[in-house]
Amino acid sequence: MPKVSMTVNGKAVSGEVEGRTLLVQFLRETLGLTGTHVGCDTSQCGACTVHVGGAAIKSCTTFALDCDGAEVSTIEGMANADGSLNTIQQAFQDHHGLQCGFCTPGMVMSAAALLKENPKPTEAEVRHYLEGNICRCTGYHNIVKAILAASGQDVSAIAAE
Amino acid sequence: MYNFEFERPSTVEAAVAALKAEDSLALGGGQTLIPTLKQRLAAPAKLVSLAGIDALKFVKAEGGTLRIGGGTPHAVVAREAAKSFPALARLAGNIGDPAVRNKGTAGGSIANNDPSACYPSAVLACGATIVTNGREISADDFFQGMFETALEEGELITEVRFPIPQAANYQKFEQPASRFALTGVFVAKYADGVRVAVTGASGDGVFRWTEAEAALSANFSATAIAGLSVDPDGMIEDLHGSGAYRARLVKVLTGRAVSAAS
Repeated sequence: MPKVSMTVNGKAVSGEVEGRTLLVQFLRETLGLTGTHVGCDTSQCGACTVHVGGAAIKSCTTFALDCDGAEVSTIEGMANADGSLNTIQQAFQDHHGLQCGFCTPGMVMSAAALLKENPKPTEAEVRHYLEGNICRCTGYHNIVKAILAASGQDVSAIAAE
Repeated sequence: MYNFEFERPSTVEAAVAALKAEDSLALGGGQTLIPTLKQRLAAPAKLVSLAGIDALKFVKAEGGTLRIGGGTPHAVVAREAAKSFPALARLAGNIGDPAVRNKGTAGGSIANNDPSACYPSAVLACGATIVTNGREISADDFFQGMFETALEEGELITEVRFPIPQAANYQKFEQPASRFALTGVFVAKYADGVRVAVTGASGDGVFRWTEAEAALSANFSATAIAGLSVDPDGMIEDLHGSGAYRARLVKVLTGRAVSAAS
């Protein structure tokens, strides 16, 4: 079987995969990084969002072999070095930005990509950016609020309606 | 998904050579092809990924022409064409969602010629030139019906050259679940006339609305098409909209595109 090597959350990793092995399968099944979720497996829901080369992509719609040599970041790499939650994760906790939590890894990875591109997004920009991340608890209001709070903006005036 | 051999060449020449193998397919960003493979609607023996070919990734505005490398992701076009060709940048920036735009490529979308994809409308409305590893093809000759193009087997889109219009706009009436165009209209105004291309409406894929082009070339205003109508015959009919609805959308969106063109 072909061998693939990449850097995941700063660590060099490699493994044997098939041509058809998806990045998400390599992360979850070979590396045991099960924080990245498979929701729809049709690139609609965004639960599998990770960063490859700094860009958010859907790991269910990317082949592992296409990431040979790439820098990959997953939800497991998001916490601070001392293990505490990073700003975005903490904001999700503070603002109750999750209910069942299934979509959360993808939401956090998309939020991180958004805030890198656009450090002070408007509420409309956050909502537009999350088009490819679906929360079936429909907890969008608090997710949006958490992301705005993580950007350092005052969210006290945003109604959770 | 059935298994296949996976190759990731770093040059166009190596990719073209790899694609000579029987039952091989080129993989662009994979945002259409990978779901197709999962559905077992395609079962190639070999996939040749173009993602490792840096020479296919560029956006360059030169002397009135915008050149886009075939392997350039939509997100890069959205960013880098924003000044030189804002209507095209906005089109690219509204395909799918952010994660899809980071993977999906201009060449992949154009080669696939999905009847509801955004890019083909811009290519046809601008009379762009599709450059492959072997030749140059004009947009009018390139699109040949739903999912059909002039590309030969194993032929790769290396570049698309858009003559930058004086004014242009793309209006996408989005199908909210798929984020494809339920109908989309690209209007491009040049010194020698106006071109109007429609996606998402016809069962034959992208097409030019020539009556509107003539009217708008004489008078570039939404009122110029007021008396025209589009024949619903041959329009896509599905649960999202009837043929008559899509025909109506073509006219409405053309008017909006003309009014918004800049």
